[in-house]
Amino acid sequence: MKYYRAHVLICSGSNCAIKGCQTIKDALVAVLNKHELQSEIKVVDTGCLGWCEQGPSMVIYPEGVMYSRLKNSDMDEIVTEHLLKGRFVHRLMTQSTDTLGLASPLNMTPFFQKQRRVVLKNCGLINPERLEDYIHAGGYTALATALDKYAPEEIIAMVLDAGLRGRGGAGFLTGKKWSYTKAALGEPKYLICNADEGEPGTFKDRLILEGDPHLIVEGMAIAAYAIGASKGIIYVRGEYDLSIKRMEQAVLQARENGILGEGVLGSGFNFDIEVCAGAGAYVCGEETALIESIEGNRGEPRFKPPYPAEKGLWGLPTCVNNVETLANIPAIIENSPTWYRSLGTENSPGTKVFTLTGNITNSGLIEVPMGITLREIIYDIGGGIPQGRRFKMAQTGGTSGGCLAEEHLDLPMDYDSLASHGSSLGSGALLIMDDSHCILDLTHCFLKFFVHESCGKCTPCREGTPALYKLIGKMTAGQGNQDDLELIHRLARTMQDSSLCALGQTAPVPVLSAFRHFWPEVEAHMTGNCLAHKCFSGRGSKHDH
Amino acid sequence: MIEAPNKRSAQIDVFVGQPGGMLKALHALQSQSEANFLSPADIKLVASKFGVPVAKVWGTVTFYSLFATTPRGRHIIRVCENAPCHVVGASDILAALEQHLKIRAGGTTTDGLFTLEATSCLGVCGVAPAIMIDSTVYGNLTKEQLPALLAEYRQEAQA
Amino acid sequence: MKSLNELKSLRERLEKGQQLAEKPLRTIIIGMGTCGIAAGARGVLLAIMDELAAKNLSDTAVTQTSCIGMCEKEPLVEVVVEGKSTLYAYVNGEKARRIVLSHIINGEPVTEWSVERALGGRV
Repeated sequence: MKYYRAHVLICSGSNCAIKGCQTIKDALVAVLNKHELQSEIKVVDTGCLGWCEQGPSMVIYPEGVMYSRLKNSDMDEIVTEHLLKGRFVHRLMTQSTDTLGLASPLNMTPFFQKQRRVVLKNCGLINPERLEDYIHAGGYTALATALDKYAPEEIIAMVLDAGLRGRGGAGFLTGKKWSYTKAALGEPKYLICNADEGEPGTFKDRLILEGDPHLIVEGMAIAAYAIGASKGIIYVRGEYDLSIKRMEQAVLQARENGILGEGVLGSGFNFDIEVCAGAGAYVCGEETALIESIEGNRGEPRFKPPYPAEKGLWGLPTCVNNVETLANIPAIIENSPTWYRSLGTENSPGTKVFTLTGNITNSGLIEVPMGITLREIIYDIGGGIPQGRRFKMAQTGGTSGGCLAEEHLDLPMDYDSLASHGSSLGSGALLIMDDSHCILDLTHCFLKFFVHESCGKCTPCREGTPALYKLIGKMTAGQGNQDDLELIHRLARTMQDSSLCALGQTAPVPVLSAFRHFWPEVEAHMTGNCLAHKCFSGRGSKHDH
Repeated sequence: MIEAPNKRSAQIDVFVGQPGGMLKALHALQSQSEANFLSPADIKLVASKFGVPVAKVWGTVTFYSLFATTPRGRHIIRVCENAPCHVVGASDILAALEQHLKIRAGGTTTDGLFTLEATSCLGVCGVAPAIMIDSTVYGNLTKEQLPALLAEYRQEAQA
Repeated sequence: MKSLNELKSLRERLEKGQQLAEKPLRTIIIGMGTCGIAAGARGVLLAIMDELAAKNLSDTAVTQTSCIGMCEKEPLVEVVVEGKSTLYAYVNGEKARRIVLSHIINGEPVTEWSVERALGGRV
């Protein structure tokens, strides 16, 4: 096999050939021959690299540098500067590659181009089972810096300045939550990482736990230092087998290397983490239910107040933060709150991890600055709707979120914009549905979930969820009438006003948003018409097994 | 086969006295049970070990979906039926499994090999529709793939 | 580790180590997150190990990473040869063996299975 010290990839796809790739290639080969580099540098014809709009382009390896909008006259400079002297020709480099450390043309694909990876910077790139890989990628620098340079109060101030809001769904200011726990009386204080990810369509936390477990250890250690907690618990849902294993391993590695335990990194701060597995209950994602579950009980929410900041685990001050929230902390400490605020929007700074599911070409997980539009996510990153179908609706924030219609495609994705349209950013789940789906059939499916997951402690939720499910089922069976509509509205209001926790309070959200944004379709069911031809199959609703 | 109570008891001794140890004890007992469930004897055992009423243990066990109080098959097949799987055809997968195994969701095959459960989101929606057999997740499923997948488990059971 | 300085020096050592160490000529990285495993990454891993052993390719390192976010394209396999990386999508055991033969042995990436192609949807 022959070895070359560099490879130049030039697209020979039909699209680009029109824009002159072939002549660029000829010009490059001529210059290489002139410098007698043909035995050292290989020119490779590739298929279309997929960024035709950038004009003739090439990628040079091993650096993975991409040049575009090339002219024949640029070849001399590329060869003499880049290939001979190793200096990049910055004026021809169109896109910076700093969003992703990957030396791959993948960086340039629309899937990655619009992403900004802060939380996911290591995911899919490092070996998550090796502490060395994490440290090599810059890991634990933020923790060491925090312990070395800042007082706990300063860390809280930084997180407040950054404007980081809780990524589990509620969007409460993280710095504020920390300051409440710090101010509370009682010892020891607990820091809990909420990894009981159960919102349908959400798997961001799993991916972070699996892909970069040390990032969570680091985020937790910094948070614990800030609030004065000596004990940390990661509560991972029981179904996440690999997440539990990887977290346990990371905690062990950190402990063996002086990052956890007595005197973290040689400082006077003591902190250790325990990994705790859930047993299958969606409601345990609610922070007080989660605390009950850690105590070994039924995971039922507690009455609030008192809030966990005052009386949490074992009656002691406790702070519960979501996985993604904690994963943002090291980057804030390392880069400054100002840097963090440069991402995202005024009221929702930073990035957000979204999970794309449903009828979308590139389903999976992305991280983008807050405020990006739904259209950009679906069409630029997600690759659009497959099988030539049309976009019909998107449910944001998981099953407890609302459905948005086509007219909302240009809505910025942040906490406040979504809330003003009867939906929520929630956990970052984005369920995309094409025009083959019926809004009521789906609403029925959402409600079935709540019937199954209602814990039964409070009446509005325990009785309300099955009643709503039945009423919507009646409509999908073609038996709904005006009285039912009236009843649905009253029931929804009662549940929102009087349920004990967010489960019962948000269960009516998908119903109300369906009525608000898809009223003609809902109404058609009253006269025996399902516009998507999903309902009235003669056997009632298809969800009744 | 019913195991000797003292053996079951030894399996949970380490959790007694641990704060919040009861859930861990229940996890341990179930994972070491032949029929993948917690028997009334197990529940009484946990109650006496932890010094709490049987009703409290019973209430806890029945609260969580990962615990069962009736005998189950050797392998638990969990089929997600939430919206992200639903919109890409999860109901077809469940129907195909029901037909192939000749049981309904919640049932156990006559040979005691499989229990079929409809469940909430498994968190692998990126590869929906997905099912979980024990702790292994299978994604991007089509109903055509199911017979071969189940055959692997059957072969393993015979070997 | 006892301090920020110690962490820094460890990181420098690791960096140097990466530069100095005999780097494997070729690396195959398999996405082993839950989604990868769910889509069949274990079978792919076994096929690759098996094919490498059969062809005596001891200079090729096999390692793992987690999910990069393109769950639907799993199993994903990245092949790095001389710093040039190719990411393959929808890999199965059979494709994995062909990737070893074509890309590792003959130095010819199997471009039709690359993820750039797959980003337009399943082919």
